[in-house]
Amino acid sequence: MHPKARALCLYVAAALVALTPGCKDGQTGAVSVVGSTSIQPFAELLAEEYTAKNPNKNVDVQGGGSTAGLQAVSNSLADIGMCSRLLTPEEEQQFTGTVIARDGLAIVVNPGNPVSELTSAQIRGLFSGEIQSWSEVGGHDGPVRPITREEGSGTRESFVHLVMGKERISRRALTQESNGAVKELVKGDPAAIGYMSLGLVGHELKAVLVDGVQPSSANVLAGSYKLARPFLFVTKGTLRPEAQRFFDYVLSPESQKILETEGLVHAQ
Amino acid sequence: MMRLSPAAGQRIAVAAMWALALVTIGVLLFIITFVLVHGLPQITWTFLTESPQSMGRKGGVFPMIVGTIMVAGLAVAIAAPIGVATALYLTEYTRESRLTAVIRFGADCLAGIPSIIFGLFGFVFFTITLGMGLSVLSGALTLALMVLPTIIRTTEEAIRAVPHAYREVSYGLGSTRWQMATKVVLPLALPGICTGVVLSLGRSISETAAVMLTAGSALHMPNSLFDSSRTLALHFYILSREGLSMENAYATASVLIISILALNALAYWLMRQFVRRAGR
Amino acid sequence: MKQDKLIAAALMIVALSAISGLALITVFIFKEGLPIILRSGVREFFLSSDWDPKNGAFGICSMIAGSLAVTAGAMIIGSVFGLGLAIVLTQFCPARLASVLKPVVELLAGIPSVVYGFMGVVTIVPLIRTYLGGPGLSVLAASIVLGIMVLPTVTSISIDALQAVPRSYWEGSIALGATQWQTTRMVMLKAARSGIMAAVILGMGRAVGETMAVIMVAGNALEVPHGLLDPVRTLTSNIALEMGYASGEHREALFATGVTLFAIIMMLNTIALAIARSSAKKGGSR
Repeated sequence: MHPKARALCLYVAAALVALTPGCKDGQTGAVSVVGSTSIQPFAELLAEEYTAKNPNKNVDVQGGGSTAGLQAVSNSLADIGMCSRLLTPEEEQQFTGTVIARDGLAIVVNPGNPVSELTSAQIRGLFSGEIQSWSEVGGHDGPVRPITREEGSGTRESFVHLVMGKERISRRALTQESNGAVKELVKGDPAAIGYMSLGLVGHELKAVLVDGVQPSSANVLAGSYKLARPFLFVTKGTLRPEAQRFFDYVLSPESQKILETEGLVHAQ
Repeated sequence: MMRLSPAAGQRIAVAAMWALALVTIGVLLFIITFVLVHGLPQITWTFLTESPQSMGRKGGVFPMIVGTIMVAGLAVAIAAPIGVATALYLTEYTRESRLTAVIRFGADCLAGIPSIIFGLFGFVFFTITLGMGLSVLSGALTLALMVLPTIIRTTEEAIRAVPHAYREVSYGLGSTRWQMATKVVLPLALPGICTGVVLSLGRSISETAAVMLTAGSALHMPNSLFDSSRTLALHFYILSREGLSMENAYATASVLIISILALNALAYWLMRQFVRRAGR
Repeated sequence: MKQDKLIAAALMIVALSAISGLALITVFIFKEGLPIILRSGVREFFLSSDWDPKNGAFGICSMIAGSLAVTAGAMIIGSVFGLGLAIVLTQFCPARLASVLKPVVELLAGIPSVVYGFMGVVTIVPLIRTYLGGPGLSVLAASIVLGIMVLPTVTSISIDALQAVPRSYWEGSIALGATQWQTTRMVMLKAARSGIMAAVILGMGRAVGETMAVIMVAGNALEVPHGLLDPVRTLTSNIALEMGYASGEHREALFATGVTLFAIIMMLNTIALAIARSSAKKGGSR
């Protein structure tokens, strides 16, 4: 056979050989968990614990935002969706949401910002663009720079629902696509104000008191810190066995303990 | 206004040009040195061969290296033969016509389309509609489509640059069109073709947005083409954006930069080799 | 002979598949994107700056303005510095040094955009915020970062264009008593004009299409920028930010944004083609 033709046949054969082992085996493929960037670090932690206990059972955790997670489950791209807001009535028709934890919504400012507490009305004004200078709320004289999330973010939805109400977030607000990005930005900009998951604030940012209440998981549990939202694991129909196993692990008491140590509030 | 003497104009202009040039080169070198200075110390053998831990805060980038090779390598492996064959057909086997001009314009446009649009297409078509899910295959096919127009165009230009005389001599000696194409034209056009292929490989390795939504961002080693995987560029983006670990981010970026520099240097060397060989 | 016919047929099948595959993408994008443009009305879609997908508003004017502003800024920086570097490397630099620097510049064209974006976030954005005001994430930051990214492209192609000008032009001009700069300005640049314009247009195409670096340094605000220090969102960033969760009409709107970008690239390429044709008609010089 012509040497070039032989090379071509080998090439094609090699390509086919490379492709066949990969036929997606529904039973043993990695469990994929997609969605909220607020839940993501916690899911990653649990995934690592799970894989440490069950070697070769991989769990892929990916961000993208709460709505993206729901989309992924809907399109069968993911087994479990992570959602950091309540499901809408339409979504309730399609999906099943299970609360795995509760989380506070923190209003964060740069550590160098003297402002330490704000009322809900003030927060609304700061984010809508009505309040243009920090001096109006007790800070230095300087412009206010609100930071918001993309529209598909569960954190944003919860923030709008719990704080903004009918008022719209300023169109000048800087948009970032994850909690981590918001954190980095507020860390670096003295005039910034943003909202993010309480469990992820850490020590590098200042979370302000809202209506006089300290943002802490204890206060979220007690109900005194009103800005709180559920962390949901969202599924459609029945999960395949691999995914169900991870799902059950996340709801187990030991996982709940891990989540509490990390700063979340348990699922009750 | 006082008219500048040509000599004075010359001095000012040369000084200004050199200033521009030095600033430019300075900035470009600064970027590379900054990243390498921060990142090279972290690149140890363990970094290159271990898996990441704690979302990438600790550990290495081995699965990302494998993922990058799989996604980008497969993309070019698919696009290169198809692209070269298409270009060959368009130049040697068809006559220049309105249709070929339209195809050429179309390929030029597609070569210039933002990669995010290919990402959007790949996400909707490969990942969702065809049901491939977030996978290496999805990512590779998307990237293959992205670089195909570039490979077709650069190959076409390289083939057209081969002087007609070579073809006429080949025919005169009694060769078939295929023999002429493979034994005369392609070897001479090879430097140009290689440049196009290597450029596409570099582009595939650097691509982030299109890959994020087709290949996903899984941290574990991809075991098959249907597994999700994270590329080095995406890993760097996630690490730096989320503030997970600046050291690892710099290290990942350094691995990327060194690979691409090595790739381009290899292409340059290959080109010189073939030019030398063709000259013989 | 028969083998030759078989090979020709095989090549034709491959070529037709490739071309139809690429055509399919174009058709797909237009098919998904055009309906919503027509439904919202062309004026509403392109001229309204109200982008509020949740409430059914799909006006991309602020993103178009954003892309225009950032691209214009990037091209000013990229062209001035890129062309300056090209002139120095071809006209004023000793050949040995130039032959070292040229591949260095080309190697730099391959650096991933996310690295440039990151450097912008770490160095340029804080500088702008501290010394010029504003959030730092701004049109200016994006222009600078994109300008630097586009530089190697503009430089390489300009170098090729300048090197293609026959040496006799240079020597003739010097022989007539002109200085190097006069020769460069009045002879070489004019002769290489179409190649340099092609370089700028190619760079422009690259700047319009850049996504990740812009997301990192531009701020992604929805308002039309009023100044260099205002945050901005481009067409490409918008697609990248929203495609993960968009569905239904929202996703169609993103495809429509893709159609817009397609149209912009087609326009740029048509201009480039026209320039190439007109310079070929003028004959003589390149």
